[in-house]
Amino acid sequence: MAKVIPLETRSMTEARPTSRTSVIDISKLSLTFETTDGPVHALKDIDLAIGKGDFVSFIGPSGCGKTTLLRVIADLERQTAGSITVNGTTPEMARLNRAYGYVFQAPALYPWRTIARNVALPLEIMGLPKSEQDTRVRRNMELVNLQGFEKKFPWQLSGGMQQRASIARALAVEPDLLLMDEPFGALDEIVRDHLNEQLLKLWAKTEKTVVFVTHSIPEAVYLSTKIVVMSPRPGRIHDIVESNLPRGPRPLDIRETPEFLKIAHRVREGLRAGHSYDD
Amino acid sequence: MTTEAVAAPAKILPDSGFSAWLRLRFLPVAVIVLAIIVFWYVMVAVLNAPFQRQLFATAGQDYGTTDLIVATMDQERPVLPSPHQVVAEIWKTTVETPVTSKRSLVYHGWVTLSSTLVGFVLGTLLGVGLAVLIVHSRTLDKSLMPWVISSQTIPILAIAPMIIVVLNAVGITGLLPKAFISTYLSFFPVTVGVVTGLRSPEIIHLDLMRTYSATPSQVFWKLRLPAAIPFLFTSMKVAIAASLVGAIVGELPTGAVAGLGARLLAGSYYGQTVQIWSALVAAALMAAVLIMIVEAADRRVRARMGVRA
Repeated sequence: MAKVIPLETRSMTEARPTSRTSVIDISKLSLTFETTDGPVHALKDIDLAIGKGDFVSFIGPSGCGKTTLLRVIADLERQTAGSITVNGTTPEMARLNRAYGYVFQAPALYPWRTIARNVALPLEIMGLPKSEQDTRVRRNMELVNLQGFEKKFPWQLSGGMQQRASIARALAVEPDLLLMDEPFGALDEIVRDHLNEQLLKLWAKTEKTVVFVTHSIPEAVYLSTKIVVMSPRPGRIHDIVESNLPRGPRPLDIRETPEFLKIAHRVREGLRAGHSYDD
Repeated sequence: MTTEAVAAPAKILPDSGFSAWLRLRFLPVAVIVLAIIVFWYVMVAVLNAPFQRQLFATAGQDYGTTDLIVATMDQERPVLPSPHQVVAEIWKTTVETPVTSKRSLVYHGWVTLSSTLVGFVLGTLLGVGLAVLIVHSRTLDKSLMPWVISSQTIPILAIAPMIIVVLNAVGITGLLPKAFISTYLSFFPVTVGVVTGLRSPEIIHLDLMRTYSATPSQVFWKLRLPAAIPFLFTSMKVAIAASLVGAIVGELPTGAVAGLGARLLAGSYYGQTVQIWSALVAAALMAAVLIMIVEAADRRVRARMGVRA
């Protein structure tokens, strides 16, 4: 089974770190948190390239650093070694250029703002004219099927609707890159299926690059063009699985096809092998 | 028959409308007020009885228990005036006395109220200002906070005369010195509450702002300040009561001729306990009304901020 990226590929990535089609290039990246109990190796020697238009999932048990890796891409954390470029620049520059939209595990809506005003929040901060804000709010609320809920406050919406509002908020920035940290983790299976399907349609329509953190194998396989299997202590990449499922919208039934199950099997094997039980 | 055995569903009492207001709001308050009044009358009889016995003895008058108790209710200078004496005094000094008179409780109340309000507004502004500085600067957090706290350990009665004297020396007289004492007492709860409020946003809400590359002032206006509003109102309720105390205390040591504090002082000089108690009750009513106004403002703001009713 292919483990990590072959060395040849690695040196190639280093040779052209700002490849035209590459949105994110990560090379020998490590992140160590200094704690009172000694250093914690959250990420170790991560090598990864994410191409334009890819849908990439990070999957792994808790503590494998998948969220941390996403936060490094978003410049919410800094690596302690190695290098990373986002859109050919540092993550900080990418953040200052508002190159990405970030969807958190929780909706993180501001309770004192209506749904429409929550979606408008990043647009206010970007200083867009009011008319442009209104257009984008309307367009993106329609995209996530929330029209008619503009004047509601977050507590008046179900968890699934709140998370959809937070996706609309991330999309309103109109970034080419969407970073999503277990966005559907707290939702029930039916809502999650539905949102997965919608997300895939949205991705196919807008051709954005999506980086998606999850701990659900079916979700990762269903959504992704590339699945990054991670293992804990220290957090590292165990396997990278390129999906041969068709790009673009996929029917939910695809999850019962042999191709799907084969990929899911390989991911599961990777998770099992990478999981250390010795502690 | 079996259908009849199924009892009619227990009558669910409504939680809105007049009867609900009577049951949920009026009744509990009325019961406590009644209990206080009964306790007050009992204490009037107990505390005023010794002096009344002396009076009877001096007059060589025979008296029964009932005579004694009735007499304790209407002494001219009782140790503890009875509620109806206080009500009568308040009625006399508010309704029956023109507002312009120096004997009018409305006049004295207004003097105290005006410095309370000025002090409260200044205190709230100062409190919010200090809180903003403290939250945005580690140095100020370390250097300012201990002073803010220790300022409140000084007894206000000790510092009030000095504030008045010093301000008089630099030519500030009248309303402002008393208002500054109110400010001194009221800024503290506001600072402490607003500091907590400005620090209350969750990490995830702050991270969100970071992903938008928001400037510190955008984070302040769009996240920290709205998050601090409930804390601000809670603090303001404490602050306005403290302001009233400050205004009254400010009137005591300065020999002020007007204000509820001056009424208290004059009452105690001349043993006019009825006057003292009517000033006290007026101050308590004023505090209650002020807090109710802040609460009403709080409710309005909360409704606009979409808080679940």
